[in-house]
Amino acid sequence: MDDLYKEYILDHYRNPRNFGHLDAPTAAAEDLNPLCGDRIRFEFAVEDGRVTDVRFSGRGCAISQASASMLSETLKGQRLEDVARLTKEVVLENVGIGISPARMKCATLGLKVAKSAALGEIARWPDEETAENGRSI
Amino acid sequence: MLADLDLRAAALARDFPILAQPTSRGKRLAYLDSAASSQKPQAVIDALVHYYTHDNANIHRGVYELAERATQAFERAREKVARFINAAEPAEVIWTRNTTEGINLVCWTWGLRHLGPGDAILTSQLEHHSNLVPWQLLAAKTGAELRFIEVDAEGLHRLEDLDAKLRGTKLVALSHVSNTLGTIAPLATIVPAAHAAGAVVLIDGAQSAPHFPVDVRALDVDFFAASGHKMCGPTGIGFLYGKRALLEDAPPFLTGGDMIREVRYDVTTYNELPWKFEAGTSNVADAVALGAAVDYLESVGMGWIAEHERALTAYALDRLAELASRGLAIYGPKNRADRSGVISFNFADIHAHDLATILDTEGVCVRAGHHCTMPLMEKMGWPATARASFYLYNTERDVDQLMQALSKAATVFKLP
Repeated sequence: MDDLYKEYILDHYRNPRNFGHLDAPTAAAEDLNPLCGDRIRFEFAVEDGRVTDVRFSGRGCAISQASASMLSETLKGQRLEDVARLTKEVVLENVGIGISPARMKCATLGLKVAKSAALGEIARWPDEETAENGRSI
Repeated sequence: MLADLDLRAAALARDFPILAQPTSRGKRLAYLDSAASSQKPQAVIDALVHYYTHDNANIHRGVYELAERATQAFERAREKVARFINAAEPAEVIWTRNTTEGINLVCWTWGLRHLGPGDAILTSQLEHHSNLVPWQLLAAKTGAELRFIEVDAEGLHRLEDLDAKLRGTKLVALSHVSNTLGTIAPLATIVPAAHAAGAVVLIDGAQSAPHFPVDVRALDVDFFAASGHKMCGPTGIGFLYGKRALLEDAPPFLTGGDMIREVRYDVTTYNELPWKFEAGTSNVADAVALGAAVDYLESVGMGWIAEHERALTAYALDRLAELASRGLAIYGPKNRADRSGVISFNFADIHAHDLATILDTEGVCVRAGHHCTMPLMEKMGWPATARASFYLYNTERDVDQLMQALSKAATVFKLP
């Protein structure tokens, strides 16, 4: 846990990448973590089913903001259907070790919103997905 | 004097076995989240075990000795709560699960019967969701208007336009103490004005009943709801006080067994107060244990608890102010007489959740987030705050541990 706030987490928190808005997003979604009120929005520019540009905005803790920022760096060039299939492992790997159950929603909020934007509907919480309830959709 | 208060608090802390338990990291526990839920003294834990070991049976029906003993313990606990808040009679105390249920009971019985189009419900911008959402729904259902007493940047009620806001108001619903900012509501001004305007007053006492003496008759409030688990009692039990005339003038809430006088296939007459509002088997054991919690609080002395928390809050405000130059911001009333033992704060650009996570690694338990007051946070422009709250068992050592943990947070977040 003491390793949770690594240098790169603080860097992404204080200097979030792809932060802001697109002029004319093709797809967008916004959601909040009802436990804490943290809020994140993802906007995509999409061409031929691929994400060509991405911005995120919102507010929240270092974990949620850094997780969204790191995720945003991996989305450009991805097909929407692949974004919709991303699982929590991708953000947990980004954030590193030490996410307690109480903070899991912080780490996965950005992913939930990005998946929602890709799906065009509200995605499940990535940390609650199992093979049975359909980790893809 | 201050040292005496602190010494006694340290001694009282030994009545709470959980406080002696170190964290998984081997840290001493500094429990600063009593506004969310208080810890339980051994006497309350023992009362629960004693009830289930010696007295358990269903109440009000059995004619055998055990059932009589259970009924007696249950009704004795009601008498204790009635005395604790100075109700005129035990029948004015209704058992509920918690403050939320008490507020909902008034909302959907008295409120639904008496409110309609053209009427207003007046609450404040400080309220916990539990004293806001029911009124939103009641307003939508009855066509009544929901109004708000505004609060200023310190979280103090603005009363300049109170008389205008009371015009047409039938119900005023306010928290006695704000769970987010610690603001103590100016009831001495509001209650007489509300009554003069013909309104009934409901008080959310979740953050007051545990912390200072409450006299519902001196306050002259009409309804008063509180939660047992915030006042050294178990979870799942709370109480609603109501003036007899108003409770009699309200239809039942939940219906079924025990709340009836006579049932026929087509029609039912209701039981007397307070049982009219207690359908089904009550939470007997927890009510009995809440009675033990009241005994415990009275043995400590509610006046002493208030004095101790005032002194400890002042100490904490002074210590936290040492970090002002590093970006620690304290919210809530500046005048210490206007606040109780709740301190909301933020530390530089560290989000409250991250702060709480780091404090936790040092054994310090604080709340972080919106504290179930999302509209207030939005109004103030705070995404979240950290909140330390005190009770009779907290000491200056807990505050010192908080300060130490805050300096660790400053290091982790590389604050200048």
